[in-house]
Amino acid sequence: MTMSKTLVCDGNEAAAWGVALARPDMVAVYPITPQSSLAEYISQFVADGIIKADLMDVEGEHSVLSVLQGACLAGARTFTASCGQGLAFMFEPYYRTPPLRLPIVMSIVTRDGITPQSVWGGQQDAMTVREAGWIHMYCENVQEVLDTVVMAYKIAEHHDVMLPVNVNHDGNYLSYGVEKVELPDQAEVDAFLGRKDTNWHAALDPERPMAVDPLTGGAGGGGPALFVRYRKGLCKGMQNALKVVPQVHEEWAKRFGRSYAPLVEEYCLEDARYAVVTIGSMTGAGKDAVDLAREVGEKVGLIKIKTFRPFPLEALRRALSKVKAVGVVDRSVSFGWNSGPVYQELLSALYGLNQRIPAVSFIGGLAGADITIEHFTRVIETTAKALKGEVAEGPIWLNE
Amino acid sequence: MRRQARKAFDQSRIPDDLCPIATELTVLRTGDWRAERPVVDRDKCVKCATCWTYCPTQCIVEKETWFEAGLEICKGCGICAQECPHHAITMMEEVEE
Repeated sequence: MTMSKTLVCDGNEAAAWGVALARPDMVAVYPITPQSSLAEYISQFVADGIIKADLMDVEGEHSVLSVLQGACLAGARTFTASCGQGLAFMFEPYYRTPPLRLPIVMSIVTRDGITPQSVWGGQQDAMTVREAGWIHMYCENVQEVLDTVVMAYKIAEHHDVMLPVNVNHDGNYLSYGVEKVELPDQAEVDAFLGRKDTNWHAALDPERPMAVDPLTGGAGGGGPALFVRYRKGLCKGMQNALKVVPQVHEEWAKRFGRSYAPLVEEYCLEDARYAVVTIGSMTGAGKDAVDLAREVGEKVGLIKIKTFRPFPLEALRRALSKVKAVGVVDRSVSFGWNSGPVYQELLSALYGLNQRIPAVSFIGGLAGADITIEHFTRVIETTAKALKGEVAEGPIWLNE
Repeated sequence: MRRQARKAFDQSRIPDDLCPIATELTVLRTGDWRAERPVVDRDKCVKCATCWTYCPTQCIVEKETWFEAGLEICKGCGICAQECPHHAITMMEEVEE
């Protein structure tokens, strides 16, 4: 085991320490609740020399990501963080970053959407942009935030991946929740991350001018075929990430002694007849509720999704194949499906499994609402009924 | 920012489906889209450069006594004809030869 320091800090500070350990060259941030203190920690760390990077103060999130695209093309390791309306304002450069294959790392301190006005936690922002081509990883606790930010650079810059990564942590619950955290040793992190490698595919060079992202030809100019080739390339990078994310987590566990399920975690699933499915910080309450139910003999387990993009199809199917009913708790809404997005995509995984089992959609924790052990107990009881054929009509709103 | 040592850029290492940078992509010839072309009346042109200023594709080139559009890039939008204070530019339909 390596030398490490212990801190007591919240998730926003933990993310900033993760950034510091990754030694970025350029950071750009624009504050927005509940990310603001993360932006402040980054600024403070730069001012104190803990992060030796250029800090760009720009006029909004659109410019934040545009600036980082240029920096990344020039060889810089970069970081930013945003959420909510800031992420919405960032969307134009946001969905351009993955096809440019720029390994930018960004924390989304997840927050519920507007309107109605809310500056409190929820995952509507990150879930809304889930199809833009970024890798999305959701953290369960403060230590995982720090560790995952560092791992994100290794995943993003892997030559088989070359995609930007969002490390998502729940606004309020993880952004301001304080825990004891181990700060890894800098030299060990340096060895773990290896050489910076953000622009091996592009390398901006004044002596070698090149067109960055020129228009593809129209239908008469071979454009669509070229376009499809790059689209397939992006899909391939995503699929490669399903191998690279676990490899990087494994190496992290070996070096630093902390292991996390990289894609999907199975909790008490071996003898379970049914399970609840979680994502993000709600998982702690979910596990406690599972423990309580098991004390009175319920054969219930828990399936936690850490990596939502790329979708962990095989890992989730492996977990789902062990149970005969599931209750899925989403912290956001799929308006078009009248359910939660995690629930909806889990149904797709079940289809490929050729296994028709009852699945119930629960939506909770919107706009900063707490998802408590009592809520999960209700989820467990409702899912237990579904197992016996009494399937509740979803979605069930936990915080009405 | 710390300076990185410049090394030769080897494009052959880059997978051909990775990204639209530094690959075989070239800047599109927007002239391929043109349905009408700007034709300059050289007697009326006074080289005031209004067309050069307004052209969104920056395709106007300077000649001895007049300006005209570079037809590889000119997409035939007609802004130059609209803006020319001497009405020296006429949009003419492109026809198959």
